[in-house]
Parts: sequence; structure tokens; C-alpha cells
Amino acid sequence: MTDNTATLRSTLPRSTKSGGWLSSLLMRFEALRGYLLLSPTLLIMIIGICVPLFILVGMSLWTQHGFEFDKSLTLANYFNVAEQPIYKALLARSILISGGCALATVILSYPMAYFVAFHVHRHKMVWIILMTLPFWTSYLLRVFSWKIILGYNGVINSGLIGMGLIDQPLEFLLYSPLAVVITLTHAWSAFAILPIYVSLEKIDRSLLEAATDLGDGPVRRFFRITFPMSLPGVIAAALIIFIPTVGDYITPTLLGGPDGIMLANLISAQFGKVNDWPMGAALAIALMVTVALFSVVFVIISRKVTERIT
Amino acid sequence: MSNNSSFISIQNVSKSFGSVAAVSDVSMEIGGGEFFSLLGPSGCGKTTLLRMLAGFETPTSGEIVIDGQSMSAVPPHQRPVNMVFQNYAIFPHLNIHDNIAYGMRKERLPQAELDKKVEEMLEMIKLPGYGKRRSHELSGGERQRVALARALIKRPKVLLLDEPLGALDKQLREQMQMELRALQRSVGITFVFVTHDQEEALTMSDRIAVMSKGRTLQIDSPTELYEKPITREVAAFIGTMNFFDGRVVSVDNDQIIVDAGALGIVKGIKDTTNFGVGEMAQIAVRPEKFSLSIGAPNGVGNFIEGNMISTAYLGERSYFHIAVNGIDQPIAVSAQNSASADINIRDHKGQVWLGWPDAAVVLLKQDASHSQAQ
Repeated sequence: MTDNTATLRSTLPRSTKSGGWLSSLLMRFEALRGYLLLSPTLLIMIIGICVPLFILVGMSLWTQHGFEFDKSLTLANYFNVAEQPIYKALLARSILISGGCALATVILSYPMAYFVAFHVHRHKMVWIILMTLPFWTSYLLRVFSWKIILGYNGVINSGLIGMGLIDQPLEFLLYSPLAVVITLTHAWSAFAILPIYVSLEKIDRSLLEAATDLGDGPVRRFFRITFPMSLPGVIAAALIIFIPTVGDYITPTLLGGPDGIMLANLISAQFGKVNDWPMGAALAIALMVTVALFSVVFVIISRKVTERIT
Repeated sequence: MSNNSSFISIQNVSKSFGSVAAVSDVSMEIGGGEFFSLLGPSGCGKTTLLRMLAGFETPTSGEIVIDGQSMSAVPPHQRPVNMVFQNYAIFPHLNIHDNIAYGMRKERLPQAELDKKVEEMLEMIKLPGYGKRRSHELSGGERQRVALARALIKRPKVLLLDEPLGALDKQLREQMQMELRALQRSVGITFVFVTHDQEEALTMSDRIAVMSKGRTLQIDSPTELYEKPITREVAAFIGTMNFFDGRVVSVDNDQIIVDAGALGIVKGIKDTTNFGVGEMAQIAVRPEKFSLSIGAPNGVGNFIEGNMISTAYLGERSYFHIAVNGIDQPIAVSAQNSASADINIRDHKGQVWLGWPDAAVVLLKQDASHSQAQ
């Protein structure tokens, strides 16, 4: 045994001399090193995501009977999701609202990112941090403040009445899909600014000069060079906004009103008032699959665009 | 293309960035169809001057006129100039065809005609059929050609080139120098070429403006610059030069006699530079103007005895350093390596004789900042 370790030691590279068998093992097997580095994260992923997901999938195959679970496996819940129009309508609305939200966020964040990337020359980081200010307050507080701004007697309505532009408060402002889109857009804008900023910052300035040199004015140059080159950042931003907002239920609950309810509200109701956990699980899975499909499409488009650019 | 001598007129142009003066009071006239180089070390203001021609920088003072039209109020995208960028700036999201056609959008040509034009350009830069490729599939030299085609397809009045050959390896660079020169002759467009490589400037240009610290030192043809530099700075920047201190002894109608101490009495040909008797002068002699022999040369002429201290064999030519009593710096001498004679000299150690003709001597004004002999 001692002989064996001795020969083993002698075959190892010199640099591992000082360490024990573990370090020499790690030097040799890069994959092992990788797993070891990953292990804290991996552990959290397994406990926090994989296990609950497994439970969720399992539960979605059960059915609820009164206060009891019928644990015989069945796809009944999924058939239910497919057949009941309310689920499909809410799923479609969720996608529309968060799609609109992603679009609005990107459109509103782009000029800000553009400004910092091209027109700020000093203290760029300060500007970026200032733009992430909305994130410094609680999400709930932000939602409530929008309630005050958009409300029946809120800032906008009383302002417009005060200016004599309208007689009656505008009712579509609060408790509507519009309110949900406005609030979510504001809440998530920082997430969109960063990837767009990075993609703009990466553009080689001499490309812009070349376009100018070849006869493009500022507007034409933007649409022929700047915008296409920043598309990877735009797509990433849209995806980053779309994924979390599609499952949001706080904003729709507080600001959405009856027309602004999204699928996530229904899912939370299944686990609460309705008390049909298996149905809630099936709906959650259905939403997750839909988001995954959208993400895959986004990623493929983004790949294609990036390939064209680099 | 018009052939007037001031197709581009740069009039007292200065440019400062904050408190830093990049270009100070530069004036020059560039002729139509000329291959004109701006030569100087990095930071001499040559690129800033080029960018002012392109319109990317606005002169702090002074005016630029191209083909009779003042450029002061003309934005870069409306100027009759095009530029080849140092890093080529090929648009990565477009293929080669679309890159070359990029600037033709305003012309509103029918698609077929545009395609034909692009294909002609691809033929011209010897990359036929490359239209569908993307820039990352191209080598450095190929990208350089595409950048050239993209600028030339617009038939600009002036083509600006910002160290376009800097990123290429030596052989490719020499090949591209030839091609670029030939191309310029065939299209007849005025080229303004920025480079820090004096050899490149000498081989390619009709005329060269040597710049340093934001000013022009001398604007002349390559031969004039090399043979008759007007300041020590130009003489030292272009090629190798031996400098000696001397004092003017007499000046007559066609020659200036200078007492150069250890080098003896040197006769220089009188040209435009005026010297007074008793004035200090710099004597400058190129290494290849010296002749080297082992025995004392017979007959009259200028010669001096020295000691060979080092030799360097550079293939086609050899370099020698010769120490002469009373002269601080060893004298640099170069000689062509011809078939037979010089072989002896190359292996020779010890005493040698240096000779030079009067025509080899360039007399320069004593320069306050460079009074030390090099």
C-alpha cells in the first residue's frame, strides 16, 4: 500500500507535491474541479428548484376531492387546462400583458441606455446606478405609488381636471391591463437598461464613423448600424422582462381590476381560496412550458442575430 | 479629375482638444490626382488633420477647401471624401456585397446595376465572387481591400487613408503598397495617406508632408525630402543621417566652405538656405553617400581616416560604424553588397578610409534644440 502511494506520488507533476491527494486529483480532473466549485449553487438548485418542481409535477397528476388528494395518477387536470376557455384566455392575456410590458420597457429603456452609452463621457457608472433607483424601494411600495398616481382621484386625473382638459376622471387608468403594463414597465426598466447599454457600448465607434463617411445622416445611421448591432441586447432585455412578468400576480391583483387579472392570479387562487392544489400545479406547469417555448424562440432569434453581427 | 495644384487647400488650420494643441497652424495645398502622405511619429497630429478633412473633427481655427468649396459648414456625410479606416471598420452585420454597396443607397440605382457595380469593384480588388461572404471570414488584407472598394465605389473626389496597411504583415504590406499605388494611378483620385512608416511614405507618395508636434516640418517629394531635408528633425526622421558640427568659413556664388574640425574642410553646394561667414552649421551626410576603402584613396577629394568598429550584414546591404579621431559619434556607413569587391571590406578590421563627394553634403541651420551632434 505504501509502495503504491509512493509510486503514485512520483508520477504526479511536481507542482502538486505540496498538496495532498485531493489537490492532485483536482489538478488531474478538470470536471471534478468544476463540480466542486459549483457545489454550493448546485445544492441550492437541487433543494430549491428541482425538488419543488418534481413535487409540482407529481401533484399536477393528482386530483382534489374535497379536502383530500386523490393520489391516483391522471392527466385530467391538463385536459381541463386545454378545454376550459378561461384558462386559455388568461394564459393569452398573461402573454399579451407581459409581452406588451417587455416591448414598452425596451422602447423606454433604449433611449436612456443610448444616452449613457453615446453622450455621457464621464461617470457613466453613476448614471447607470441612478437609473436603477426604482429598485432601491420595495416592489409593493412602487405598486402602491402607481395606484396613487393612476387612481380615480389620483395625481394624473386631478392634474388633468385641474388643467381643465377633462371633466370626469379617466377610468381606464387604474384597474385595467394598462395599469399593469405601466407599473411592471417601471418596475423592471433597470433590467432592460443594462443589457441594452452593454450592447450599445460594445459597438465600435469607427463603424458609426464609417457609416457617416459613406453618406448616412444620424437617423439613417441609427437604423442601418446602431440598432441592428444592438439587437442582441434588445432581445436579451425583452426576454429578461418577459419571463418574470408573465408570472407576476401582485401587480395584477392590486392594479389590474377584473380585466387585468392574469394566469398567475388564478394559480395563486387555486392554492388559496379555491383549494385545488393539483389544478394549480397543472396550471403552473402549463405556464412554465409556455414561457419556456417563448424563451427558446427568443434565444434562437438572438443567436441568429448575434451570428450575423460577430 | 482636375489637375490643379491646390485641389485641397488647408489654410492655417489649428485644432486643440481642451488645452492640448493637436494641430497648430498647418497650411498645405494638395494637388488633384496626387498621392499625398502625412508622415510623422504618433501624436504628431497627422490623424487629426485627416479626420478634419473627413469632417469628424472641426478645426478650432482655419479653413479647409476641397475643389473650391469650403468645408466649414459641410457635415461629414455630405463631404466629397471617403475614408479607409485604420481597423477597416467593415460592418459585421452585413455581407461583403452589402458592405461595398453601403454608400450607394443615395444613388438609387436599380438592383441589377448596383450588383454589377459591386461585382466590378470586387474584380478590381481581386476578390471576385466574395459578395456573399461575411467580414469575419476574410483575412486582414482582404478586409483592407473591401474597405478600399467600399470607399472607391462612391467615386469620391478625395480618398483618405488612415494607416491602412499598419495591421498587415511585412510582405503583404509591401504588396498592398504596390497595388494601392497602381490603383491610385488608374482611378486618378486624390489620395491623402496617413502613415508613421517613412519607407512606406517614400515608396508610395508623390509628395509628403512631414509632421511633428502638430506642425508641418517640410512638404516635398520623396527624393527632395531624402536628399535635401531642410531641418535636422526631418533629416533624422527620414532614413539615417550622420551629423557633424561646423563653422562657415566662406560663402561664394555656388558653394559654401565649412570648417568641420576633425572632418576637415567640407564644401557644400549652395542652394536656398543662406549662411553667413562665421555661422555655425550642421553638416549632414547619408550613410550610403560615403565610400569605403582599405587603402588610402589616391587623387583629390574628401577623405578621412577611421577605424572600423562594427559591421552588420543586412542581406542586400551592410552597415558599418567607423570611429574617427575627434568625432564623438561613430559614423554610420552603408554599402551595397555587390558580388565581389566589398567582401574584403566586410571582414576587415582596423584602419579604413572614408570618402565623400561634395554633392553628398547637406548643410543645415544650427538647430537650437539639437545642438548636440548625434
